[in-house]
Amino acid sequence: MTTTATTVPATDALPAEVKTDRLPLLLIPALALLALPLTGSFSTWVTLTFAGLAMGMIIFIIASGLTLVFGLMDVLNFGHGLFITLGAYVAVSVIGRMIGYVESPSLMRNLMAVVPAMLIAMVVVGAVGFVFERVIIRPVYGQPLKQIMITMGGMIVGVELVKVIWGAQALPLPLPAAFSGSLLFGDAAVEKYRLITTVVGLLVFAAMLWVLSRTKVGLLIRAGVQDREMVESLGYRIGLLFFGVFIAGAALAGLGGVMWGMYQQTIVPEMGGAINVLLFIVIIIGGLGSVGGCFIGALLVGLVANYTGFLAPKVALFSNILLMVLILLWRPQGLYPVVKR
Amino acid sequence: MSEPMLDLQGVHTRIGAYHILHGVDLQVAKGEMTVLLGRNGAGKTTTLRTIMGLWPTAEGTITFQGESIASRPTPEISRRGIAYVPENMGIFSDLTVCENMLLAACDTKRAEDLDAKRLEWIFGLFPALRKFWQYPAGLLSGGQKQMLAVARGIVEPRKLLLVDEPSKGLAPAIIQNMITAFRELKQTETTILLVEQNFNFARQLGDQVAVMDGGRIVHSGTMASLVADEALQQHLLGLSLTAHQ
Amino acid sequence: MMLGRLLSGDLPRSRVLTAVLIAIFFGLLLTPFLFPGARATNVAAKICIFIVLVASFDLALGYTGIFSFAHTMFFGIGAYGVAIALSTLGATWKALAIGTGAALMVALVLSLLIGLFSLRVKAMFFAMITLAVATAFQTLASQLSAFTGGDDGLSFKVPELLTSAFPLSPHTFRGVALDGKLLCFYLVFAAAVVLLLVMLRIVNSPFGRVLQAIRENEFRAEAIGYRTVVYRTCSSVLSALFATLAGVLLALWLRYNGPDTSLSFEIMINILLMVVIGGMGTMYGSVVGATLFIIAENYLQDLMKLASNGFSGVPFLRDLFHPDRWLLWLGILFIVGVYRFPAGIVGKLRFSAWKKS
Repeated sequence: MTTTATTVPATDALPAEVKTDRLPLLLIPALALLALPLTGSFSTWVTLTFAGLAMGMIIFIIASGLTLVFGLMDVLNFGHGLFITLGAYVAVSVIGRMIGYVESPSLMRNLMAVVPAMLIAMVVVGAVGFVFERVIIRPVYGQPLKQIMITMGGMIVGVELVKVIWGAQALPLPLPAAFSGSLLFGDAAVEKYRLITTVVGLLVFAAMLWVLSRTKVGLLIRAGVQDREMVESLGYRIGLLFFGVFIAGAALAGLGGVMWGMYQQTIVPEMGGAINVLLFIVIIIGGLGSVGGCFIGALLVGLVANYTGFLAPKVALFSNILLMVLILLWRPQGLYPVVKR
Repeated sequence: MSEPMLDLQGVHTRIGAYHILHGVDLQVAKGEMTVLLGRNGAGKTTTLRTIMGLWPTAEGTITFQGESIASRPTPEISRRGIAYVPENMGIFSDLTVCENMLLAACDTKRAEDLDAKRLEWIFGLFPALRKFWQYPAGLLSGGQKQMLAVARGIVEPRKLLLVDEPSKGLAPAIIQNMITAFRELKQTETTILLVEQNFNFARQLGDQVAVMDGGRIVHSGTMASLVADEALQQHLLGLSLTAHQ
Repeated sequence: MMLGRLLSGDLPRSRVLTAVLIAIFFGLLLTPFLFPGARATNVAAKICIFIVLVASFDLALGYTGIFSFAHTMFFGIGAYGVAIALSTLGATWKALAIGTGAALMVALVLSLLIGLFSLRVKAMFFAMITLAVATAFQTLASQLSAFTGGDDGLSFKVPELLTSAFPLSPHTFRGVALDGKLLCFYLVFAAAVVLLLVMLRIVNSPFGRVLQAIRENEFRAEAIGYRTVVYRTCSSVLSALFATLAGVLLALWLRYNGPDTSLSFEIMINILLMVVIGGMGTMYGSVVGATLFIIAENYLQDLMKLASNGFSGVPFLRDLFHPDRWLLWLGILFIVGVYRFPAGIVGKLRFSAWKKS
């Protein structure tokens, strides 16, 4: 094969400078710094910041699947909260059978109860996600109104079934002995569980980034969020891809449910539905379909909720919506808008 | 003409309540470049999309290498060896040039496994791609994106290439570049169905030509005879190409 | 013919449906006398109020294709308007009028704002935004306790004419005391009938036909020259105003209002179930859906108790038919409804009548 192409200078120049948009990333430290003088004491600030980060991480784990599912197929699952509830209840069942392990002060034994509980919750919720996608979502692709209604119907029925199986009353989800208590940094107390949550959240985020940027499936997901038809035209079955993402997203929401349940230490069937609004706010803030935006949005929501909860409890109830309005005023498409075809 | 590689017979396409194609008959011969001319709204893009299965075929048959592909799922049609370069280019702007190329090679798992020799040849056609190999494709200029779009179509040998208006919105110098690349491509015996509005671009490349209007093919023949026949050109081009030149 | 004009020419078009509607009409009208006791009258009043609320939701969802989670917010605004006015200004007709007027004004402004700002965006986005707004409003109502009574809500007196302390006649009729409470029930009933007829008129007017054209094909309606955003905003404002009036009736009947009574997300889900089961985009569906749902809410549980007792030896089935799980069965009915009978019971009845003819 010979080359005869003549190089025209114009084709060689890059019209735009390579510039990664780091501004939204700066929001998190900026917010934390802003809160420092307001909270008054450094130790309180440390405690609040870790509480906010931990809460944000859990929300991120739950919301990440939701935003990708929307990005890929314009499917907004109003029943996502069901997966949270279910994950927490499965964990209660698993941990209830291993209560001796949870109460033991040994970290090893604690982990032997908590890790299986998380894995089983993910598998069970993933399986329910499988059924949910086939029965509830598949028949109404591309019909937004029906989708809203049917996913809400799915959640109603799912939550009622949870009540049938586990009962409607609140159940305790005990925090393992080694996870409870606080660590002292100077005079700042940080709950161990919040630290663990933050680490787990970071690990999930890193793993997700690795999949999305280093594997072909991840590249296909990112490509599919931008241009579904082109992915199909290149020979890939996007339905299958979406199905996989939906199940993975459900499983992650299940994991988030376990973590959220342990954070609250009591679970009720309505816990998932209650968090739905927060999830929507997070994915709107982040830019629908963007995992990075979802991460930043979740952390912002977590931090703002904790800072305002301490500074002005009445405002705290609206802080999320306020945050959403402010961010949408700055960037109407969210922090990291996804460029659609 | 021997058995055509792609054969459309009486194809009708409806999009929602709108009836766009009214019985398209179109043959694409193996190893040749067929140019589909026509003004905006004549149904050229819809024809390509119907071939790709992106719109369902309401009536008629589409045969590719002797097998019916009408209304088959798009991924299946693609895997039979048809590559599609849409009008909007379909570039994944968040992904790098390299990742865009990797996704176009359906069964290749990693960028390192792309056929190096073929890549060299593509870089020869479009040098900008080598230079910006690791840059996000969204940063490329319009012309560079178009080159990437065509390059994606040929990253693996394909039987048929469907290209929708590669000259659209490009500066004359870059159009010239594109013509050179397509000439090179033709030497590899790739079968191409090209949609164009720019007759000047089309006449330099096409072997066969078909002109569309109102959702039908109104003329088909060799490009040479159309170029030679001034009167026919006047008649057809007045019909279809007023928007250009 | 008279009746045809009253119904704006939009007849039930099915003999069974006509029979059902007549039964519901007279059932509700005669409830105080047919089923003596406060419970039955309460259920009947609630049905009347929810018929208006569901019909107003149908105006937006069924006729225009707008899904708003903020619908209960307007219901709550109506109820709070009356509650606040009557508890601060005293139990007078003037206070009632002021409360209603203020509530309508607030609802008008809010729905206009929501409509103009967010009806341009996709249905999904609109649903999410309205969900967030509704949640914020609910929080606001429970926080401003000096104004709204907080989570405890407000109990208040209504004009004396509408209370059981006001005797209309010293006699009783079939054992039913003829007092102001009875009058209040008929006020609610009459208001519901009138509001439903007005909505029926709206959807069958040229304006209503444009709305349906937009729902079918927004792009095309825009091409024909309708300013779809204007029409969609009008529709959602009207829907909000009727919901507000339903809230007024609710407060008037209960003489109480609180966040759980008129604002909760559960009510939102309930009206969604009612409109889908009854039949979207039919108006009559709201009558059938609200009646069925509220009767189920109040009496299905008794039925399920029987079933649950029957299965008392079988653990899972026993729980499945536990009276508290009535929503499970309606939820399943809802999902099947959205798939199989998008036009609900009314659509189904009309279809079989049309097939027969």
